[in-house]
Amino acid sequence: MDTTITLTVDGERHELTVDTRTTLLDALRDGLGVYSPKKGCDHGQCGACTVLLAGRRVLACLALAVAHDGAEVTTASGLGKGDDLHPVARAFLDHDGFQCGYCTPGQICSAVGMLAEADQEWPSHVTEDLDAPVEIDDAEIRERMSGNICRCGAYPGIVDAIREVSR
Amino acid sequence: MIPFAYSRPGGATEAVEAVTDDPGAVFLAGGTNLVDHMKLGVASPTTLVDVRAVVGAGIEELPGGGVRIGAGMTNSELAAHPVIRRRYPLLSSALLAGASGQLRNMATTGGNLLQRTRCVYFQDVTTPCNKREPGSGCSALEGHGRDNAVLGASDQCVATHPSDMAVALLALDAEVHVLGPAGERRVPLADFHRLPGAEPERDTVLEHGELITAVELPAPLTEARSAYRKVRERASYAFALVSVAALVRVRGERVVDARIAFGGVAHAPWRARRAEEVLRGRPVTETAFRVAAEAEFAEARTGRDNAFKVPLAVNTCAAVLRSLTGVNE
Repeated sequence: MDTTITLTVDGERHELTVDTRTTLLDALRDGLGVYSPKKGCDHGQCGACTVLLAGRRVLACLALAVAHDGAEVTTASGLGKGDDLHPVARAFLDHDGFQCGYCTPGQICSAVGMLAEADQEWPSHVTEDLDAPVEIDDAEIRERMSGNICRCGAYPGIVDAIREVSR
Repeated sequence: MIPFAYSRPGGATEAVEAVTDDPGAVFLAGGTNLVDHMKLGVASPTTLVDVRAVVGAGIEELPGGGVRIGAGMTNSELAAHPVIRRRYPLLSSALLAGASGQLRNMATTGGNLLQRTRCVYFQDVTTPCNKREPGSGCSALEGHGRDNAVLGASDQCVATHPSDMAVALLALDAEVHVLGPAGERRVPLADFHRLPGAEPERDTVLEHGELITAVELPAPLTEARSAYRKVRERASYAFALVSVAALVRVRGERVVDARIAFGGVAHAPWRARRAEEVLRGRPVTETAFRVAAEAEFAEARTGRDNAFKVPLAVNTCAAVLRSLTGVNE
């Protein structure tokens, strides 16, 4: 069943017609040609499709496009402007935070989202004291990024990159 | 995925009517479990009624010292809320032990309670499963059984409920607010999830068309210490093999009151009433903790792959109680 929806993606407003079954991920990639969010598992297990929805990191593969009519979506390619990279993307380059790069846009969106969560003092599973200010150390980075799988195993570089930006 | 209609009703009553009148309709909230199951062919609704905008998404502090949590509040917002962190840290801890940051940003309080009790066979439509297809048989009984239930299972179904949040809510004596075609009702969380019995296709006591609008917590137990501990195959982003939520009140080296719930051991989050009873009035010792936990699992039934869960649950429970009471091993 077709429905027309509006999505603002990386600052650009689009109107598009989608079947109700279309996920936000497929709407972005197949509907709008925005290819930075990747389809990995398509079941919410790998994090490759992570985008920011109104600033919060979510999995585009488990979101139905029709349920996000009017939404503001930021993908990894919209975080910077051309060669003017977002600090997190820059840090991934500087610290070898990837090998094949397939999971990288999801990793970067997830890192940007998780740093914003930490700025708002959101605790994590490894936060010792739920009442104390949140300090982002390596254990916090690993826990908070655990929804993003990297098959190449670039985790040490990813942690280095995020640590640098968090300081 | 089969084609389906999508609607966004203007209010909760309208949402309830929309689902009640349509046998193929279901509520949609965060969608993290439902959309996945629709892709797998496990769920095939013909109408989705989006309720994110019609159930509350905040926390209301109640006169008696309790709180009412809107069913639409996301797991991450609930875990981070100052009132929950300060007064119900057990709930924050349990929420933060579940899923991933992205999923917690999508999943809601009501949806978390309604995620399906499941095993790998339930999610694999090529295999028999009594929960997915009543009467087809249970593949988990003789199959991969590491995650199987050890308490309250039936020969029809041995799946476990995967929620962390619900385990903490159960120990906190939460109550579920429900709006249905016949009006409002309140269901204690202890009565909300079902054991499989002869109807494994039913995870909860909700009838078609009934919508969770809120979850209410009574005032925090005074002078109690609490903790949630989850044991899993990897450090993060995995379901529990066993989890324990516990609140303990100690006076004069004796347990005055204990509230304990287990996750990963049954078709529903499991309140350990027997262990609580055994602990009441007992001195805080390692022996007392073990005796209490062992009493809870006295009737556990295990299979080839999951016998480890009983000592794991007993050890984890005793460890949590030790840490809460300062008893050395």
